[in-house]
Formats: sequence, structure tokens, C-alpha cells
Amino acid sequence: MNKSTQIVEAGLQKRYAKEKRFRLYGLISILISLAFLVILLADIIGKGYPAFQQTYVKLDVTIDGEVLGLTAESPEDKLYSASYSKVIRNALREKFPGVTDRKQKRALSNLVSKSAAYELRDMVVENPNLIGTSGSYWFLAKDDVDVFMKGNIDRNLPESDRRIKDYQLEWIDTLVAENRLEKRFNTVLFTEADSREPEQAGIRGALMGSLYTMLITMCLAFPIGVAAATYLEEFAPQNNKWVDLIEININNLAAVPSIVFGLLGLAVYINFFGVPRSTPLVGGLVLTLMTLPTIIIASRAAIKAVPPSMREAALGLGASKVQTVFQHVLPMAMPGILTGTIIGMAQALGETAPLLMIGMIAFVSDIPQSIIDPSTVMPVQIYLWSDSPERAFTERTSAAIIVLLAFLITMNLVAIMLRKRFEKRW
Amino acid sequence: MSTEIADKNRDEFDIEILNTVGKPFIDKPEDIKMATRDCDVFYGDKQAIFGVDLDIGKNEIIAMIGPSGCGKSTYLRALNRMNDTIEICRVSGSLTLDGQDIYSKKQDPVLLRARVGMVFQKPNPFPKSIYDNVAYGARLHGLVSNKADLDDLVEASLTKAGLFKEVKDNLQKPGTGLSGGQQQRLCIARTIAVDPEVILMDEPTSALDPIATAIIEELMDELRHNYTIAIVTHSMQQAARISQRTAYFHLGKLVEVNATNDVFTNPEHQLTENYITGRFG
Repeated sequence: MNKSTQIVEAGLQKRYAKEKRFRLYGLISILISLAFLVILLADIIGKGYPAFQQTYVKLDVTIDGEVLGLTAESPEDKLYSASYSKVIRNALREKFPGVTDRKQKRALSNLVSKSAAYELRDMVVENPNLIGTSGSYWFLAKDDVDVFMKGNIDRNLPESDRRIKDYQLEWIDTLVAENRLEKRFNTVLFTEADSREPEQAGIRGALMGSLYTMLITMCLAFPIGVAAATYLEEFAPQNNKWVDLIEININNLAAVPSIVFGLLGLAVYINFFGVPRSTPLVGGLVLTLMTLPTIIIASRAAIKAVPPSMREAALGLGASKVQTVFQHVLPMAMPGILTGTIIGMAQALGETAPLLMIGMIAFVSDIPQSIIDPSTVMPVQIYLWSDSPERAFTERTSAAIIVLLAFLITMNLVAIMLRKRFEKRW
Repeated sequence: MSTEIADKNRDEFDIEILNTVGKPFIDKPEDIKMATRDCDVFYGDKQAIFGVDLDIGKNEIIAMIGPSGCGKSTYLRALNRMNDTIEICRVSGSLTLDGQDIYSKKQDPVLLRARVGMVFQKPNPFPKSIYDNVAYGARLHGLVSNKADLDDLVEASLTKAGLFKEVKDNLQKPGTGLSGGQQQRLCIARTIAVDPEVILMDEPTSALDPIATAIIEELMDELRHNYTIAIVTHSMQQAARISQRTAYFHLGKLVEVNATNDVFTNPEHQLTENYITGRFG
């Protein structure tokens, strides 16, 4: 064995130890991040899943024409303006006749959500013949009742420490005993927009807002970004000062704090062009600005990675530059371009800061029907709910996060499927 | 390599090239397919080709040999304006195809490349099916009007390239799945399908094994009857086997052009002799 072999052998142990150590570090860091991910998901799902259920109360309601001041022949506007909450209140008082105290009376009518009156109104408007009849109907329970039913209020606490008083407990127990309280799937969460009353609050408004905003961002950022990247990579003169300047600016824009884009949107789109504020349109425009650098940078990298031999092959056969780019370079770069787009869109979906500036952080209780209706977006909705004091909003916050994550995963899945289709053509 | 030999080589390398020796020109004008006179090519400030005068005859295979970096590929790419894609590249002098200046404003580079096809060093089939690879040029230029004609064209081109028998049952399989030699023949079929007049080949077999090389050399010999072929090669045996004329390039200058036989048996120029006897290169 010669000298250098001896030196190599002597050092081997150390080298392998180093390698092992390095692999261990990698493994540990992956395990730690996995652990955090599991904790995060467990926490969100654990807190959020009760929000997918909602407590309903069955009431025996007598739709008394005298109390409402209506008959079956009343005109529709009268049907609309009548005081249905009185009917609901009467139904509750009939159920618990012993209640006389003013405070307790108010508490009694608070067993049922305010939406009960609207539901009753809608039923009557649809079928005026219900006036004068009585029947059993299920109504949304008030959020406190719901929270109690889900076991989030401890009945063993002293009365002064709970939101539900002893007399309310008694009513709830009675209703439970008579099978008049029931937990059902929370459709309200998916069919309604935001509300001050937790039991009536849903994410549909924010979801539609996010959907419209993403659609606009996608429709603008993808073509503009790909076109810009293609021009810069394939057509722009090389080693040109202006092109270099544009390149540097695009790279810098990717690192600009997103709230600055919000300010820009406020100044340019809203103040100068007069785009209506708080709308998915202006939100999408601002997020387009924010997403463009990401898409351009990723697309340029993907276009650059297409082997020059492909361009030569096409040019050599007599394809023009544009044909070469559209028939060969772009299809081959598409997987990379789509990856960049996924990253950009995922960023845009979770963005709140730029939307603060353009008024999308607002309480909007209507579901947007178009891109110029005021609306909010999912992350903003989550922020708003997390700020609300009612206990029932806590679980809705987590539920909204779950829905946002599901939205994100769906969006990414679609993009990944598209990418796979393009990859197959290789 | 000892310094002594290296020095000697440098001396041999430094022989001044004054004029092209041999027969760069073809006597009968009707036999000339492409001609270049005083052709210079620049990359930015750097000159890569110095005043090349050369005629390329009809239905001949002309081989271009020379050490790496001697400019033979650059010259070849100047013949179908592939250098246009390199922004800093500039070509001057007169280059003609059938007597027409290919660098004139009237000449469309797309049309030129349809007439002067090119096969590259590395097989570069498109990531599409074999059929689509061959049909690409025809579809691009609208050479055929219906599916049946296209089928015929694809079959004829593949047959000419000697590939049809091997792939006829797999025409819809990706061209990139073929072996290296098959891929290169696919690239030749793709070039033939456009029906060019001249085929430029830039070291078409340097990435292939001897068997695939032999197949392609045979193929080139057959193609010669219908096309003019200019081939750049690093293999002197290949040049000797397939070409009628050989041009030797050195440091961007055309040193010698002669009938292939003469170049390899009785070179006129000292540099050519040094190169073919393997003293450098």
C-alpha cells in the first residue's frame, strides 16, 4: 500500500461520518417540518370541523293571521313587511309558558336565530295559504346554543362564568329531551355571505370573491406574463441596455412588498381610471401586477431551458421565428411556465395586504354576482372572523381556512394535470 | 506531448495561408449549385471566416474538413442563413444559390431554408410522433393538400432515409424514442420531406456508432443523385469514403479544395498534408 492510499484510508472514516451527519441533519429538518405541518393541520381541522355542523331547533309555530295582520289574500308587499319575529316569539313563549321576567323573555327569543323570522317570511310569501295554519318547523339555533350543543361551554362552571345561564340550560335540556334540538350539516356556511350573527355567516361571498379575483388574475397575468417572457427571451435584442434595465426591474418587482402593489392599484386603477373599489375587478388587477414578475421569471427560465437544437431544427426546416416559438418552444416550456403560474396564483390567492388598500377588507353581506360587485376574498374573511369576539366565529375561522386550503389544492391539481398533459407530448 | 513536438506543430500551424490552392471553382457554370465569393463571417468584432471562394456543384457531395474552430461549421451555416439567429453574426461577400444572392433583401430566409435543408450534429427530432416529425415541414409549407398525399410523402421520405421498414408499424410513437442512428435518419427524412435542393450536414454522424454511421453514409451516397450535399466532418475516412470533392479549412481560411482522391493522396498545400497525416488537428 503506497502513501497516498494510506492517507486516503485514514481520511475515509471522517468523510463517511461527515456524510452521515449531513444526511441526519436533512432528515431531522424534514421531520421537524412534517411535525409542524401535522400540528397545524390537526389544529385547524380539529377546530374547524364542528363548523361544518349547525344546531337546528324545532318549533311548533302557529302562523296567526291576526298577529301578523295578514290574510291569505294580502298583497305581496304586505306579506313582506309583516312582523314574523312576533310569531316566532309567541311559539317560544307557548313552549315555555313560565317565563315572565323581561330579561328572561329576551333570552328566550334568543334561543332561535333572527333568521328564523326571515325563513318564515319566505315560506309565507311563497305560500300565503300557510296563514292561519300551524305546524312544526326547523329553524337555525342561536350561536350560543350551537356552541353549547357542540360541548364548547362547560355546564359545570359557575353561572357567572358562562355565556349560558341556568334558565337557558333548563330550556335547552327540555328541548333536547323532546328531540327538538338537532345537529345537521351546515349548509348556511356554503350558501350565505358574511353576517354579524355567527349562525348566519357563510363563506360563499368570500369564496365567489376569491374565484372572480383569481379568474381575472389568471386571465390577465398568464397571457401577459408568458408574452412578456417570450418577447424578452426570443425576440428582444440581446445585450441591449433597455432590455437589461427591464430585466433588472422585473426581478426587483418580484421582491417588492405586496402592500406597495395595493397602493399602486389605489392610485392608478381606482383614483385615476375610476375602477369601482372593493370589487374583484380591481382586486384581480392589483394581484395581476403582483403575480406578473413571478410568472415572467419562471417562464423565462422555462423558455431558456428549451434546447437550442429544437429551434435550429424548426428554423432549418423553414419555420419562421414566430412559428418556431409557438409550435416548439412554448409547448416545450409549458410545464415550467405552468409551475410558475401555480406558484404565482397560490401567492395571489393567499394575499391580503394589497387588498387592504383597495377596500376589499370590508364587511360584505352580499354574495357578489359579477366582477364589479363589492366583495371580499377568503383570506380577508378569515382575518375578519378571527377578529370577531363571538365564540362561534372561532370554529368558522378554522373552517374557512380548511376551505381556502381545499380551494388552493384544487387549483394546483388542475394546473398539475395540465402540466402532465404537456409533459406527455415530449 | 513534449514541448519539442508542440513547438514543431506550432511552426507547421503558422504557415501563412495566402491563397486557396487546388480547384475551388467549377468550370461549367451550369454545374454550379451554390457559389461563394470573398465570403467573410464575423462574430461581433471577431472574424471567423476570411474571404472564402468556393463553388458547390450539382449532385455532388463536398466534404469540409479541418481542425476544430477552423470555421467550417460557420461557413456551412452561412449557406442557409442559420447564422441569422445569432444577433452579433454578420456575413459579407457574395453567396449565391442558382446564381441568386441569398443575402439580398429580396431573399426570404424562410424560403431559402426550405430550399437548403440542414441536418445537425446531434439528432434533434421534435418531441412528437415519427409521423408528425416527417410531416412537419410539409404541413408548415402547405406542400400537400390532403391526408393521403401526406401519408405518401411521409412514407416516401422515410423510405428514402432508409428508416421506413424499421418504423412502419410505430409511426405514431415518439421520434425521441428511437435509437441515435434512427433519430438521425428521421432528421434526414424530415429534411428530405420538404424536398430541398441542397442538404447541409453538420457532422451528422459524430454522435453515432460505426454501424449507424455506415447506414447514413450509404444513404448519403444514394441521396447524391437527387440533392447537392455539403457535409462537415471530423472523420477524414468519412470524407474520403463519401465525397467527390474535399475542402480543407484552417483558421477561418479555405486552404485547399481538390477532388477527394487528390486531397488524401497528394495534397497540394503543406497544411493539408500536416492535417491529413495527423500531425495536428
